[in-house]
Amino acid sequence: MSILVRNATRRFGDFTAIDDVSVEIPSGSLTALLGPSGSGKSTLLRVIAGLERLDAGTVEIDGRDATDLPPQRRGVGFVFQHYAAFKHMTVRENVAFGLKVARRPKAEIRARVGELLELVQLPGLADRYPSQLSGGQRQRMALARSLATQPSVLLLDEPFGALDARVRQELRAWLRHLHDEVHVTTVFVTHDQEEAMEVADRIVVVNSGRVEQVGGPRDLYEHPTNAFVMSFVGPVTRLGGLLLRPHDVQVLLEPDGTAAEAMVDRLVHLGFEVRAHLLLGDGQRLQAQLSREDAEELELAQGEIVYVRPSRTRQLADASAGPPGAWPQPRR
Amino acid sequence: MPSEPAAQATLERPIGPPPLDAATPPARPARLLLRFVALGYLAMLLVLPVGAVVWRTFAGGIAPVWQAITTPDALHAFWLTVLIAGIAVPCNTIFGIACAVVLVRQRFWGRRLLDAVIDLPFAISPVVIGLALILVYGQAGWLGSWFAERGIQVIFSLPGMVLATVFVSLPYVVREVAPVLREVGTDQEEAAWTLGASPLRAFLQVTLPSIRWGVAYGVVLTTARALGEFGAVSIVSGRLAGQTETLTLYVENRFEAFDLVGAYAAALVLAALALLVLLAMTRLQRKEGR
Repeated sequence: MSILVRNATRRFGDFTAIDDVSVEIPSGSLTALLGPSGSGKSTLLRVIAGLERLDAGTVEIDGRDATDLPPQRRGVGFVFQHYAAFKHMTVRENVAFGLKVARRPKAEIRARVGELLELVQLPGLADRYPSQLSGGQRQRMALARSLATQPSVLLLDEPFGALDARVRQELRAWLRHLHDEVHVTTVFVTHDQEEAMEVADRIVVVNSGRVEQVGGPRDLYEHPTNAFVMSFVGPVTRLGGLLLRPHDVQVLLEPDGTAAEAMVDRLVHLGFEVRAHLLLGDGQRLQAQLSREDAEELELAQGEIVYVRPSRTRQLADASAGPPGAWPQPRR
Repeated sequence: MPSEPAAQATLERPIGPPPLDAATPPARPARLLLRFVALGYLAMLLVLPVGAVVWRTFAGGIAPVWQAITTPDALHAFWLTVLIAGIAVPCNTIFGIACAVVLVRQRFWGRRLLDAVIDLPFAISPVVIGLALILVYGQAGWLGSWFAERGIQVIFSLPGMVLATVFVSLPYVVREVAPVLREVGTDQEEAAWTLGASPLRAFLQVTLPSIRWGVAYGVVLTTARALGEFGAVSIVSGRLAGQTETLTLYVENRFEAFDLVGAYAAALVLAALALLVLLAMTRLQRKEGR
C-alpha cells in the first residue's frame, strides 16, 4: 500500500532530525532510504511506523491519514537492526505473538506460523530460543514475526547492519527474492549505497534531514541532481572544476589542447580494473579507473607524465558552483 | 583403569606433586593467601557468630526453644513481621519498577534530583527516618493530625510501622531493575507495539519477563531488609509487647530481660525466614533458568 509523507518535521531539542520532508512510496515497491548516519533516515522510518511523533506534517498510509494513529493501528511490520527478539519466547512464540494479540483461532495461528517459518527457511528451529540462533537466523525470525499479521507495509531499520559481510550478502539477495514473492510495500533504511543499489528498485537519498533525490539505482548513478548524491552513490574524483566518476577520466599519452598534464603517482592493480592515482600540475589529486587492457595498451608506469580529460560530458556541471570543501569526501 | 606399561613409559616425570620451578607464575601463593583471607574474613564475621547463635540456642535441647518461640508474644511478633513485609514488599516492588521505568526512559527536569532522592534511605540512619516519620505522622504532626481527626492512628501502630519499613527498603528494587531495564532497551517493546500489543500488554508480556531477574533480586533484598529492620520501626512502633513488636524488637526485648534462649530462638527464626526467601528465589531461578 502506498505511503505518503508530507512536510514532515521532527526535532529532538535543538537538533532537527527531519526537516520538512515530503516523500511518496508507491504501493508494492521496494524502497531504500539511503543516507549517512545522522541524516534522519531512521527517524523518517520510525515516523512512518508511528514510533516517533511528528512536530509538523502528515503521514498517509494507503490513502488514510495515519498521522495521529498509534503504531498498533497502522498495519505496519517493523524489523529492527538488533532483531528485538523476544528472548524469553521460542521462535514459534515470537512469530505467533502478533496473531495471539489479534486473537486469531489456535489452528489458524499454528498453520500461519508454520507457513511463515517455511518462508524464512527456519522450519526446524521453531522450538529454539533466540539465544540459540545465529544473527542471520534471528533476523529472519524477526521478519517472519513482522509478516505474521499481514501488514500493509514492511519497514526495516538497517536490517543487515549487525550481521557479518557474508550473511549480509546472503540476506540481501534473500530479501529481494522475498519481496518478489510477498509483494508487500517495503521500505528499508541503509547507509550502504551498494546495499541500496542491489536490493531496492527505488532509492530515496536523505541528507541532513532532507530528501536530496529520489530515483532508481541506475538513475541516481547516471543522473545525480547534486554533488552530494553523486558522491554518495558512487566513487567520484575531481578534475578542474568538474566532479566526475573515475571511470570517466580519459588518460592520453599526448597533449591534445584540452587535456591537463598529470603525473602517475601510484598504480593499483585490482584484477580486472586498474586504478591510477594521478597528480595534477596544480598539486590536485585525481583518480582514474581503467580496464586492464587500456592500462596495458598505454603502458602506464609510475612517475610517467600523462594527459587527462573528462571522457563524457555528463559530469555534474555545477560542481564548481558551491564553496570548495562543502561536499562530503567521496566514498572509498 | 588398567595400567599399561607403554603408557607409563611415556610419562616424563615421576608421579608426585608438580615441581615448583621459577617458571610457574608467582600468583600461586598470592592466590592462596587471597583465598585464605576471604574465607577467614567470612568465617570470623559471618559463620562463627551465626554458628554460635545456633549452638547456644540448642544448648539446652529442643524443648525450651520450642517453648520460647511459641509464647503468644513471640508468635504475635512473628506474624506482625510477616504482615509488615507482606505489605511493604509488594508496595516497593510496584513502585520500584515504575520508578525505574521513569528514571531510565524519561528525560525531564528534576530527573537527576529524583535519582538522588531514591538513595536517601541508604544514606540516612533508620533512627532519623523514624523520628522524621513521627514529625509528619505523629499526633501533632502535619499529616498525623489530619489522620487522627478521621480516627486513624499512624504512629505507634501498624500503619506507621509499614511506612517505616517501606521507607528503609525503598531503593532496592529501583536500583536492581534500572540497569537491567537500560540494557534491555525499548526495541522489544516497540516491536510488540507494531504487532498490535497495547503499551500495558507489551510491558507485561515482553519487558517484564526480560527484567525478571532484576526484579527478583530486588525483591529478595527488599524482603531481607524489611524482615530485619530495627531502628526506624523501633521508634515509630512504641514497642508494645504483643501489639506493635516485630521479631527484631522482640529479640532485643528478650535479650534485655536476660531471657537468652528466647532471644536466640527468635533470632534464629528471623534468620530462617530470610534464608527461606533466598532459597525460594534460587529455586525459581533454577526452574526457569535455561
